Amino acid sequence: MEKFLTHTGSALPLRRSNVDTDQIIPAEYLKRITRHGFEDALFKAWREDPSFVLNKPEYKDATILVAGPEFGTGSSREHAVWALMDYGFKVVLSSRYADIFRGNSGKAGLVTAEVSQDVIEKIWVLVEKDSTTQITVDLDKRQVTAGDLVANFQIDDYVRWRLLEGLDDIGLTLRHEAKITEFEKSRPAYKPVTV
Amino acid sequence: MSQTLAEKVWDAHIVHQASGEPDLLFIDLHLVHEVTSPQAFDGLRAANRKVRRPELTLLTEDHNVPTQDIDQPIADLVSRAQVDALRNNAKEFGLKIYSLGDIDQGIVHVVGPQLGLTQPGMTVVCGDSHTSTHGAFGALAFGIGTSEVEHVLATQTLPLKPFKTMAITVNGKLPQGSTAKDIILAVIAKISTGGGQGYVLEYRGEAIRSLSMEGRMTICNMSIEAGARAGMIAPDETTFEYLKGRNHAPKDKDWDDAVSYWKTLKTDDDAQFDAEVIIDANSLTPFVTWGTNPGQGVSIDDVVPDPNSFTNPTEKTAAERALVYMDLKAGTKMRDIKVDTVFLGSCTNGRIEDLRAAAAILKGNKVASSVRMMVVPGSAKVAIQAEHEGLPAIFKAAGADWRSAGCSMCLGMNPDKLKPGERAASTSNRNFEGRQGPGGRTHLVSPLVAAATAITGHLSTPDEIK
Repeated sequence: MEKFLTHTGSALPLRRSNVDTDQIIPAEYLKRITRHGFEDALFKAWREDPSFVLNKPEYKDATILVAGPEFGTGSSREHAVWALMDYGFKVVLSSRYADIFRGNSGKAGLVTAEVSQDVIEKIWVLVEKDSTTQITVDLDKRQVTAGDLVANFQIDDYVRWRLLEGLDDIGLTLRHEAKITEFEKSRPAYKPVTV
Repeated sequence: MSQTLAEKVWDAHIVHQASGEPDLLFIDLHLVHEVTSPQAFDGLRAANRKVRRPELTLLTEDHNVPTQDIDQPIADLVSRAQVDALRNNAKEFGLKIYSLGDIDQGIVHVVGPQLGLTQPGMTVVCGDSHTSTHGAFGALAFGIGTSEVEHVLATQTLPLKPFKTMAITVNGKLPQGSTAKDIILAVIAKISTGGGQGYVLEYRGEAIRSLSMEGRMTICNMSIEAGARAGMIAPDETTFEYLKGRNHAPKDKDWDDAVSYWKTLKTDDDAQFDAEVIIDANSLTPFVTWGTNPGQGVSIDDVVPDPNSFTNPTEKTAAERALVYMDLKAGTKMRDIKVDTVFLGSCTNGRIEDLRAAAAILKGNKVASSVRMMVVPGSAKVAIQAEHEGLPAIFKAAGADWRSAGCSMCLGMNPDKLKPGERAASTSNRNFEGRQGPGGRTHLVSPLVAAATAITGHLSTPDEIK
């Protein structure tokens, strides 16, 4: 995984709450067996509406998605994270995330920065007024800067460290392989097997 | 120290624990389906890794398989390629798979319990959010993403941050006509789609204790719709009775050892939950959703709410948007909402009890001419049991369509979909925009309401049916 230190880019204001992963990418597109190439499916149904914010030319280069609360609820599909990343998003800003979506983001390298709804509202106003407003997300300092606005954001300590270092989770776990083997020996005989 | 059920199961699976790191937990059972796994197997291949514990892993085909003509090659070539990928991965990595046409094939969350693989005190994961279903047995069970699927395949563990615990106490007795589905829809309406975030929910109280395993699974299944990572119910005699004699349940001395351990799996009397919610079952009427998230639900005797009645501006905006999408007007009686489709099935309500309950209402009645009803058993075994009891004949005589097992119209990934503008009463778990097909509209209901609605053509309860 690539290291993530800081990112500066323009933002897309998505004034919706409860953006579920079926909206981020409909099930129809989950039949693909690749890990990339999902950018065309991102917000597929909403994109059919020409007035949807993602269709507005002034936001076409946005790399930071600024969304309402409960972002990423519903299905565990990691394709939602891949679609956002394939489209070019590096960061999501929201006041609340669904647990599984947030976990998936941390594994795949998408930064989910949690700020208050008040900060979200202020950034929405800023980028709706001027779509070229540059926003900086500094993962090391856990700080988001947009114009005069400077706000701290929340992200899990361990996820932050992994993203900063670009570390692979499986590699980290396998450092404890001896302990896994030891644990396996202690499992009771009545635990089931699938074969 | 006194502990909750969730904490006991958690502690029994810690492989490694260190300050500043997530706990590394051992995973007892990893269920895998075709949609969220191909990229994980690719990852293993790229890193030249094996599946660490093939015998703790089970594959089945459910999400995009057709529910008709299952003896033919899958007509949708993209779906066929994905199912083929699962079969090839099973072969390459030496994993047990129940494929389409196998007697044990079905929705992953129906298959695990019916085989007796889901047992109290286990950790169970699957690349599917409705893995919370298995918590009905007192297992700690939760959905994971594809990166985590790869992680479990490679290491049989997961690094996890401890969850908070919430007690959902359901007191009293459910009235006639109200079901487990109505309990969980009422819970989600009460705590909202984000209310369970970061929590493992433990369902307790008299109304929960008196539910069958099927009912308990319906409740735990939809924990994720309240934002929770998992839902759990302490195992009891109902649980042991369900498990005894199943294929993968412990036998002889192992059974005795297992039961004596399982009996310790309950929240200690003086243990503290981080939060508690109390629901009264005595006054619980059937619940139905009016909006586009599972928290937007009301009693079937209620009306479509006025968005202005929400004090929270985010909820108000969400309600306005939902009413536009659902093409509903505030103040409309829920019972006056007409549907053109009824879907009975899914990992929420596709079990034998659900089919029995719906068949009892449909028997001797006809599905309204304006309605198509689709009945999709949760697994091939459920279908066989239903045949044995003569249920398909009842559904067919009523004019409903009887299908083969799979996820089907719950998520519109196979050919079973709503067309744009169609409106369904569905026993599934999600009423998101387009969930059952682009432009489709979904009202979540119990199997009893689904059956009654199929007959009348508008949202109804069984007491309206002669």
